[in-house]
This record gives sequence, structure tokens and C-alpha cells, in this order.
Amino acid sequence: MHQVRSVGRGAAAALVLLGGLAAVGGLTAAPAQTGQVVVYSARHYGQEPAFEAFTRRTGVQIKMLNGGTGELLERLKAEGDKTPADVLLTVDAGNLWNAARAGLLQKMDSPELQASIPAHLRDPEMRWVGLTVRARTIMYDTRKVKPAELSTYEALGDPKWKGRLCLRTSGYVYNQSLIATMIRRHGEARTAEIVRGWVANQPVILSSDTKILEAIAAGRCDVGLTNHYYLARLLAKDPAFPVAPFWADQATTGTHVNVSGAGVTAHARNRAQAIKLLEFLSSPEAQQMFADVSFEYPANPQAGVTPLVARWGRFKQDDLNIAAAGEFQAAATRLADRVGYK
Amino acid sequence: MAARATLPGAAAGWWTPAALVISCLLAVPVVVVALSLATPHPEVWGHLWRTQLPELLLNTLALLVGVGAGALGLGTALAWLVVHHRFPGRALFEWALILPLAVPGYVLAFVFLGMFDYAGPVQTALRAWFGPSFRLPDPGAWASVVCVMTLAFYPYVYLLARAAFLEQGAATLETARALGHPPRAAFRKVTLPLARPSIVAGTALAMMEALADFGTVATFGYRSLTEAVYRVWYGMFDRAAATQIAALLLLFALALLALERALRGRARFTQSRRRGPGIVPARLRGGPALAASAGCGLVLALAFLLPVGQLVVWAARAGGAQRVGGALAPHLGITVLLAGVTALATCVLAVTLAYARRLRPSRPVRLATRVAMMGYAVPGAVIAVGVLLPLAWLDQVLDAAARQVLDRPLALVLTGSLAGLLVAYVVRFLAVGFQTLDASLAGVPPRLDEAARALGAGAGGVLRRVHLPLLRRSLLTALALVFVETIKELPATLLLRPLGVTTLAVDVWTRTSEALWAEAALPGLAIVAAGLAPVILTMRASGRATRSGT
Repeated sequence: MHQVRSVGRGAAAALVLLGGLAAVGGLTAAPAQTGQVVVYSARHYGQEPAFEAFTRRTGVQIKMLNGGTGELLERLKAEGDKTPADVLLTVDAGNLWNAARAGLLQKMDSPELQASIPAHLRDPEMRWVGLTVRARTIMYDTRKVKPAELSTYEALGDPKWKGRLCLRTSGYVYNQSLIATMIRRHGEARTAEIVRGWVANQPVILSSDTKILEAIAAGRCDVGLTNHYYLARLLAKDPAFPVAPFWADQATTGTHVNVSGAGVTAHARNRAQAIKLLEFLSSPEAQQMFADVSFEYPANPQAGVTPLVARWGRFKQDDLNIAAAGEFQAAATRLADRVGYK
Repeated sequence: MAARATLPGAAAGWWTPAALVISCLLAVPVVVVALSLATPHPEVWGHLWRTQLPELLLNTLALLVGVGAGALGLGTALAWLVVHHRFPGRALFEWALILPLAVPGYVLAFVFLGMFDYAGPVQTALRAWFGPSFRLPDPGAWASVVCVMTLAFYPYVYLLARAAFLEQGAATLETARALGHPPRAAFRKVTLPLARPSIVAGTALAMMEALADFGTVATFGYRSLTEAVYRVWYGMFDRAAATQIAALLLLFALALLALERALRGRARFTQSRRRGPGIVPARLRGGPALAASAGCGLVLALAFLLPVGQLVVWAARAGGAQRVGGALAPHLGITVLLAGVTALATCVLAVTLAYARRLRPSRPVRLATRVAMMGYAVPGAVIAVGVLLPLAWLDQVLDAAARQVLDRPLALVLTGSLAGLLVAYVVRFLAVGFQTLDASLAGVPPRLDEAARALGAGAGGVLRRVHLPLLRRSLLTALALVFVETIKELPATLLLRPLGVTTLAVDVWTRTSEALWAEAALPGLAIVAAGLAPVILTMRASGRATRSGT
């Protein structure tokens, strides 16, 4: 019975190993302590100073689990009422809307949050709030393009930009949300016309916002659409970087903005502390910390922006409730597929 | 050479049931993915069919053909060069050509794009020379992706082909030469057919990697099925429909595995091991020697030196190197621990499965093994969901039981535990371990088993005393491959890791996902370094033992 023994030995070793690992796993998954808030985060940058300030002030520890939004949502669903997570922090309003729709977030009863964050940057039912604002707007080559030549997102479909436009792939979440809010604002037919106009200009499709900005600087294209803070990062390294933002749609509805934001999970064990954390994050003090590290605009209008970004001046934000980014996201993806925006 | 498919009369004992249980358990995640097809989402499929499904299918097929041909050609040619020839630098190249394995594919893709695109240093320099209107012809997304993936995945073929060539020893080749075949014909008629199972197995691995890859296709904007999986998951918030697209990938994987079996050949060649003298490499001189060195050097430069060099430059440029570096040690520790345990567990299971199949190739075991291995061809995030759902279900069952028996609820035991993560790794990389070992096991003559059994050894004894020593080299290769794969693994780790566990790949990803490439360089280098150690050790241990012969 040699074979039985050796198979048995191998299996026993494997079982002991698995058991040990499961025990370790059980320990790490132990019930949350009251002095701790667990954050599932799809935002991986710029929040540390604010988190540390919260811990200094309240003594409450913050434990982070980083991940992609899709993965974090699957995990929250699978963990159900046993989830260790108290807060979901993620980027893009569409993702927040989707988490709320899936029943993963709970309504927050906090006058303070409602006062700090403008109505268009939070869920009408208060299941999530935006914390930082990113503007997705037109970037242009300061050596070749005069601001007077630019006006709206739609005008990028003008034939004069043929072969001069750089865009990111349509699968990118911020493009999806831009198109989604356009659908909410203009309806599908007109939005399809606008995007068709871009496609007709044979845009160079690149895989990152930074690549678009670098392509403009290198002369491959003259205009592009990116989030504002990518340009701020490049300018922080090289003040002579020859690209500037143009605030789109100022004469009409305002420049499209998106958020990173957060909500309290439906089964949070530490609900009170979780709401306290969000209230702190929306305070001018914490908002300033976000803005200084990440070059984003604070969601709370009382907080200031960092000097590099302040140079670009104030602009009118589109005040459409950004929950539309989620509501029309699937329609936006379909629309992009239909008109051949890759 | 004997041609035999089964071992008649061999008592399989507990091996068959054990293999059946293991492979059925490991097949669960793939089955979960396949079952998603039971509740189709007609709107999503209708939309896909109208807009892009034909293109996606064609693109995926084109990708497979390109990467398969590329990895097969490059891997086999390099292995043949370094095993059967002598040229300047051969000793170095023999092990160095495996190094690209330690570089994650998405890193290679990003570095290539950064180097060669319009704003990159190469084209910028060319414009400085030839004027601002100068442009390199755009190779297109397909060629770029195939090129990068070939460089990233050829080591599978190279490793397995090299091991197969070395295991052959010199006797067969010399017999062929003695029978009047010129060297090249002898290689074509004898060496290559004998190594075919290994070469084909390596190519199948490379092609399955290409199927599951998201990072590279996303970087170059190439629309494959896997890209569509993520597009539907994130863009339409429809994970169920995304899983169904992933189930389509299973069909590709199924076809691949069938093709692999067919290409291994109907006759199963086996041969004696360690008989006669080791291989005496042919000495190359002049032009051919130079070409061989330059060719190997070029591959090594593109697939390894360039990306690693870029990482070093970025790491040096990144300001807070100390800040990033300080947190690195614990990440390195847990990464190596996880990879080590995964490699061991996977290889134990793979040996069990391969040996059970050798003892009695029963249909259920073959089927379940094949299903379990298809997990390698599915995007990691999808297969990880296939692991997550059954784990969460088990946790619910455990909780219900605890409430009944202990009258109190239970916290999550499996979901978000290291055990769950380990299961996902094993499911994901079983194919790597199994393909490597099975191809090699197939080359051991059945008469060795018969002789050992006749001398009174049991099935386990034969495995321990006959096969494992013969398979030493393949076993080490399999261990190293799974180890390196686990270090690089990202999507399953992201989804299933316990709170507070950060692997190096997760560390790299959290930075790159915010476009902080400079900060990601140091943990990226740590991945390469952690992957290099086992690769080099393996090469040392499996060296050219055949040269002395017995």
C-alpha cells in the first residue's frame, strides 16, 4: 500500500498547510474593532494625508484594501452582510451610482455632508458623495492653437480638426461618463452626432491621458481631451510643457466634471465612525490636503485649489447631477460602439 | 522507441479516485464561468453581434495564430541554438534567455509603447535627424501586440524545448547521423519529433496566456475578446454578460487543448533516459557564430534588458525612493511565501493528475483535468470570480451550520482568506505545472514502469523511485514557472486577498493605475528580482548533467 501512504502523506501535508492558511485567514477576517474603519478603495493616490489627519484627530485607525472598482463591488456582493468594509471609496460617479444601484451602499443621514458638498456632486438619495472633482476638458498645443479657435466638445467634430485630434479609447471610464452625461443633456441622437463628428476627424486613439498630452507636446496632434490633473502633474515636472487646458462649453452648459467619492457600505459595522470619516474628508481642511497632493479640485467650494491649478482660473462646471454618468453609462458604451469610436 | 498509450494491468489503486476528486474541485471555477451561459443576456449579445463580435472573434484568432507561431518559432530556434551549438556567449545565453519570464507582459508592453511611439525617444531622435515630418511606419496594433507577446511568452517554449533536447541526449541524434542523415535533416527527422510534446505544450501555454491577457491588448488598443470582457464588465456594469463573453474564451481554450493533443502526435514516442554520451554541440564559426550571438543578444536586449533598464531609470528618477522602498520588504515577503506555497501545491497536484492519467487514462479524469486547465485561458479576474462565488457560498453554508450547532454566527472563513487566494492560484496555474510535467512524463518508456512493477514496487513506489528522479528537471522547471507566474499574478490577488495583504504585483498596480510609473518602478524591479532567483537556481540545478552521461 505504498501508493496510499505517499498520496496520503502528500494530501495530509497539503491539508495541514491549507488549514494553517485558513486559520490565518480567519484571524485576519476577525470582527472589526470599534476603533477602526475599513475602507475598500479604488482610489490609490492622494488620500493618505487626509486619512492620517483623521486618525490623529480621532484615534480611529483606517485599514485600506485597494482594488479595481469592478473587483471591489464583486467582493462586497459576495461578502454580503459579513463584509468587513465600512466605506467604499472609488473614482468616477458612474461606479458610485452602480454600487448604490446594487444595494451595496446605505443612505447617510448627515446635514454636514449635505452642506459641504454641492447637490450636483452627490447622490440625490445621499448614498454617496463626491469628494474631489476632475474636469475632463480640451487640451491644446499652446504653440499652434489659439484659445479663440476652441469652444465646445461638439466643435472638436469640426473638419478643421481633421487629423489633429487625439482621444483616449472609448472604453475608458471617464470618456464613458462624458458621453453618458452628454446623452442625459442632449439625448442619444444628438450625442451620436457629436461623437460621430470626432470619429470623422480620424482621431489618434491612445491608451492613456498622459500619452495624449505627450503626443500634443511632441506635435503628433494639436488638441485632445483629458482630465485636468494629468496636465498639472506634467507641468509640475516641467513648467515649460507646451500644453494648456481650455474650459469647454463655458458659453453653454459648463465643463464636464467627474468625481472621486465615497459612501458607507450597506452592512457597515462601524457606521457612525464611517460617516464621521466622510464628514471629515469633506471639510475644507481635508479637502485642501486632497487638492495639494493630487491637483484635483475640491468638491467643497470653501476649500482652495493648489497654486498650479489656480493659474488656470475659475470655470463653470456642468451642474447636471453626475449620477447621470452611471444611469447612461451602458448607453454610452453602446453608442461609442455603434458610431465606431474605438 | 515504444509506442504505447496505456499501461495494461497496472493497478491504479487510489490514484484514479484521488485525481478525479482533485480535478473536479479545481474545475469548479471554470464550470461557474461556463454556467453563466445558462442565463444569456440577449440585449448585450445582440449589441455585440451587431457592432463588433465578428471583429472580436477574428482578432482573437489572429492574435492566437501570431503569438503561437512567434513563440513556437523563436522558442524552438533559440533552444536548438543553445543546446546543439557552440558560439560566443552561448553559456550565458543558455540561462539568460529565460530571464524575460520574470518581466510582466504589461510592463514590457508599456515600455515598448513608451520607447517607440510618436512622443517616445526613438521617434523623437529620428525626427531630430530627418526633420519634423519624419515618421516610422505604424506597425499597427496586431503586429505590436504579437511582437510584445512573442517576446514575453517565448520562454515557455524555450524552456520546455531545451529540457526536451537535453533529455534526449546525443544517442538518437548520432544514430541518425550514422545512418547517413546530414545534421539538419537529423534534427528535423529525429530531434524535433521527439521533442514535439514539449514544444507543443509550451506553445499551448503561450497561446493560452495570449488569450487571457488584458494588459498588453489594452496598452496597444487591440480589440480581443478579453478586452471586450472588461469593456462590458466596467462599461456596462454587467459582470454576468462579461462572464458570458469569457465563456466564449473557454471555447477557444478547448479548441487549443484539442489541437495540442492532436499535434503531440498519435504515436507517443518514448525513449531511454541517460543512455550514452551527452550532446556534443556543433561549433559555429565566422558568420553563423556571429549571427547566433547577435540573434540571442537581440532577443535578450528587447525582452529583458530594455524593460529592466527602463525600470531602473524610472526608479532612479522617482523622488521618494526610500518611501516606496521602505514598504517593499513586507510585500516581498508575503509575495515570495504565497508563490512558494502555490508552486509546491500546484506541482504536487499536477504530478498526481499526470501520473493517475498515466496509470489509467480514464475518461472522467481526462475530462475533468482538461476542464480544470482551461482556467489558464480565461482572464484572471473572471476565473477569480469563479473562485469567489463558490467560496462565498461555502461560507454561507458554514455560517448556517454554526448557527445551528453552536447557536452563533460565524465570520467569513474562506472569502478573503489566504486559503481562498491559494485555491485561485492553483486553478489559474495548474495548466502550467501540468503541461510541463505531463509532456515529460509521456516520454518515459512504459517498460520502465512494467519492470519496476514486476520487481514488486507499488504505483507510488514507481513514481517515487523511477519517475520523479527522471522528471527532476521538468519538476524544477514547473516549480519555477508556477512560482514566477504567481509573483506576477494580479487580478485574482486583487479580488481575493485578505485585508492587509499586499503583493508586489498589487503594489505595482495601485501605482500604475494612477499613472505613477516612476513610483511603480521599484516594486516592479522587485518582481523581476524575485522571479529571477528561482529561474537561475533551476537552470543551475538542471544544468547539463547529461554531458557526463553514465
